[in-house]
Amino acid sequence: MRYIEPHGHMVSRTTDDYQAMVIAGCQAVCEPAFWAGYDRTSVDGFRDYFRQLTDYEPARAAKYRLPHYCWLCINPKEAEDMALAKDVIDLIPSLLDKPTVLGIGEIGLNRNTRNEMKVLEMHIDLAVKHNQLILVHTPHLEDKLKGTRLISDVLKSHSGVNPGRVIIDHVEEHTIKRVLDQGFWAGITLYPDSKSSPPRAVDMIEICGRERIWMNSACDWGHSDPLSVPKACLEMRARGYSAEFIDQVVYQNPVRFLSQCPKFKLGGQPAG
Amino acid sequence: MSSAAQSPGAPVDLPADRQKIVDLGFVPVRAKLIEVAAFLDRVERYGVASDYRCVAMRAALSALADGKPERARRILESFSDPTTEPDAVSTGKAAYGAYRPPGA
Ligand SMILES: [Zn+2]
Repeated sequence: MRYIEPHGHMVSRTTDDYQAMVIAGCQAVCEPAFWAGYDRTSVDGFRDYFRQLTDYEPARAAKYRLPHYCWLCINPKEAEDMALAKDVIDLIPSLLDKPTVLGIGEIGLNRNTRNEMKVLEMHIDLAVKHNQLILVHTPHLEDKLKGTRLISDVLKSHSGVNPGRVIIDHVEEHTIKRVLDQGFWAGITLYPDSKSSPPRAVDMIEICGRERIWMNSACDWGHSDPLSVPKACLEMRARGYSAEFIDQVVYQNPVRFLSQCPKFKLGGQPAG
Repeated sequence: MSSAAQSPGAPVDLPADRQKIVDLGFVPVRAKLIEVAAFLDRVERYGVASDYRCVAMRAALSALADGKPERARRILESFSDPTTEPDAVSTGKAAYGAYRPPGA
């Protein structure tokens, strides 16, 4: 079995996790920029974090011959500080030519505030201006439905956004149809206590089809499981789906979306 | 937006062995249902069953037994913030799991 982990916060994981993922069939891992668990106090904190994402983490993954890619942004949890957000967004263009940077993400909303909305719009402008893919984080729990509506409305209203180049992540049963109906890709995140479980993820695929969907673990420093994508493969297998079916969901689909960035390659070759 | 809205993909053809879905899911999901019942007993025993989250959970449960489809979607919606405008200020980084109605 082969799969892509399209959303993993590997800076928070041990080297043992890299090893386990490769043993389980992982062919590439992609790491969106996120919250460190505390608020960084200056743009220099982000400068160092982006260096970790673009230099150090690919080298750590390379010990297992695992391609490592990343996405850059200031995450919505730190988007209340508008001055800091602007400084970080101004820093990003100089890094977009780095060989493993796939796009802008994970941007979006956390508590659906006006400041978060402004920073989201700044990120969308940045992505459009530099022709970057977009990876969107949708809010947690009771905030997800409202946040997903606000996010999809602002993306739809931007004339420069091609929805086929945007993945809206952390969808659940109450948001997935809105995301797919509007032409975006949908990411299903597999978490132990929130977001989706493997059985619910497979249910959503059964109901909504498997054309523009990927699954990810979003593993980070919180309660999460870096092997949740292969565990969802087990769920599909137990229900009776073929190896080809599973391969499309967990390998071919993420490769198709990510290959819209020409830098995304597997085994030294362009993917796809 | 530069391309027209699309419909979601076609539903998947379900595997031929339909009975297997019960065999796979029943015991793990039975355990979760008992956890729900025990949690509701527990918050009563502790005298905190009026917490807005417990109220929301009891309200959500009606969708389990009304015989209508899309129970998961409807339960998620019942926990959701029904407002539509961005908030003026943040009330903190973390969400709580259920919408807190004004005054609750
Ligand atoms: Zn994430």
